[in-house]
Amino acid sequence: MNVQSPKKYDAGVKEYRSTYWEPQYSVKETDVLAVFKVIPQDGVPREEAAAAVAAESSTGTWTTVWTDLLTDLDHYKGRAYRIEDVPGQDEAFYAFVAYPADLFEEGSVVNVFTSLVGNVFGFKAVRSLRLEDVRFPIWFVKTCFGPPHGIQVERDKMDKYGRPMLGCTIKPKLGLSAKNYGRAVYECLRGGLDFTKDDENVNSQPFMRWRDRFLFCQEAIEKSQAETGERKGHYMNVTAPTVEEMFKRAEFAKELGTPIIMSDYLTLGWAAHNSLSKWCRDNGLLLHVHRAMHAVIDRNPNHGINFRVLAKLLRLLGGDHLHSGTVVGKLEGDRNATLGWINLMRDKFIKEDRSMGIFFDQDWGSMPGVFPVASGGIHVWHMPALVAIFGNDSVLQFGGGTLGHPWGNAAGAAANRVALEACVQARNEGREIEKEGKDILMAAANHSPELKAAMETWKEIKFEFDTVDKLDVQHR
Amino acid sequence: MMSIIQDYPSRLSDPASRKMETFSYLPEMTKDQIRKQVQWVVDHGWNPAIEHTEPENAGGYYWYMWKLPMFGETDVDAILAELDECHAANPGHHVRLIGYDNFTQSQGANMVVYRGQPV
Repeated sequence: MNVQSPKKYDAGVKEYRSTYWEPQYSVKETDVLAVFKVIPQDGVPREEAAAAVAAESSTGTWTTVWTDLLTDLDHYKGRAYRIEDVPGQDEAFYAFVAYPADLFEEGSVVNVFTSLVGNVFGFKAVRSLRLEDVRFPIWFVKTCFGPPHGIQVERDKMDKYGRPMLGCTIKPKLGLSAKNYGRAVYECLRGGLDFTKDDENVNSQPFMRWRDRFLFCQEAIEKSQAETGERKGHYMNVTAPTVEEMFKRAEFAKELGTPIIMSDYLTLGWAAHNSLSKWCRDNGLLLHVHRAMHAVIDRNPNHGINFRVLAKLLRLLGGDHLHSGTVVGKLEGDRNATLGWINLMRDKFIKEDRSMGIFFDQDWGSMPGVFPVASGGIHVWHMPALVAIFGNDSVLQFGGGTLGHPWGNAAGAAANRVALEACVQARNEGREIEKEGKDILMAAANHSPELKAAMETWKEIKFEFDTVDKLDVQHR
Repeated sequence: MMSIIQDYPSRLSDPASRKMETFSYLPEMTKDQIRKQVQWVVDHGWNPAIEHTEPENAGGYYWYMWKLPMFGETDVDAILAELDECHAANPGHHVRLIGYDNFTQSQGANMVVYRGQPV
């Protein structure tokens, strides 16, 4: 007989640490693990703050309630089980919290994060709070849907191997007519790009309704395929004000026979995105995922959610491409941190590695990988670094770096394609492409006037601002 | 000053506009350059394989498989000789080398080594 040990009800406010701080706890394989960077309010001890985070993100509330005694709280509660210093930041510490499997609905990323980053982030006992990493146990991974196709299937469908793929976001991002926009797409694709992309805020505005855009872009795809003999795509953005409208646009894209559509998973909402991702697998369309709003959530080093968590949850929700930052372009991004989350997007198993900001081993089981997309402020001179950093399984997107070519988009596209292939060839020959980048590009430009003109156009551009969100790996 | 704007010479009517994926935007490789790419396949432990096609049928996923993939072959000269043999037996065809990556269930490499006359 399993005898229980009933307790007496004792109303009032108890210290969180008496219930939710368990340094002796040994984590279970089935637990969801999370690490938060905590800056407590003055006078709040670390153990109390950590326990408060564990409590408020799981079963606890501010006072004891009699209904606590109707269940087995020890079975359901989250526990703070470890505290660590944050290198270089005396006031902050890392709190590790373990959540039991039974707290969460199977396959629901929405449910997990409603707990983990719910009310707790406004909680008074902490001055600021940042979710740095989450370990998803294999049972949870297996109950999530994951990428509709994944890297391997996309390569097979697009018939592209042995190199990163090339894309371009059409600019100006707003204001073009559908026909002129399709022209810009066609020029990019015939020049040698694999993909072009709707800008994230191109949805269906009065200057260009979605249906017109889709039709013109589809002709651009078909003609450029006939011309080059290669497979092409344009990420048709189906992000819409309602889910019904989103599916209407997706269905039309499917009728056109287009290979890939896109969405913005943060502004669209995770449940809507998850539904779209399932639809994409059922209907054979690839799904490109943009991340508008991410910097609101992930840029502050002391508060919010680190992008590595947003990347992991997107892999669980489903997407075949996800923007990851470029390291070398105009947008924020620490190199090792970026490498950390692109590994989390692509690999089967990622080991804990603090030098890359990875706090937990993560096993993805059989879940397919997501292509990281490097996009924003990059051009041909960045190509050697991009190929070295991202490797083959990536999409490199040059917007201004294609469209801003002095001879137009087709020449800009060809310049990028030649530069890419020259870097891949050199890498395969065993050359150090970051070190020898200039020589490799100069040699390639000898047989490509388009590349030569691109190199003359952009040679002076550099982005040397320091990143705001750096890894906490050393005292500074 | 920027040079004079040049036209991008790609045409539906011009077979020279047809590309063949990875490395087809570069000039044809020399023997020595091809050898290095074969070495890259071998160094990864990928299984080399050869495919070929008439240029007019290059658009599909499946080209003709030349014999069977060379499972476990690590001799670069043997792989180069097989490419030559396929080329000699199928003059005018595109001939490509594939490196099958069993871990990713994908192709780590795929490059046209002999280019036929495009149509």
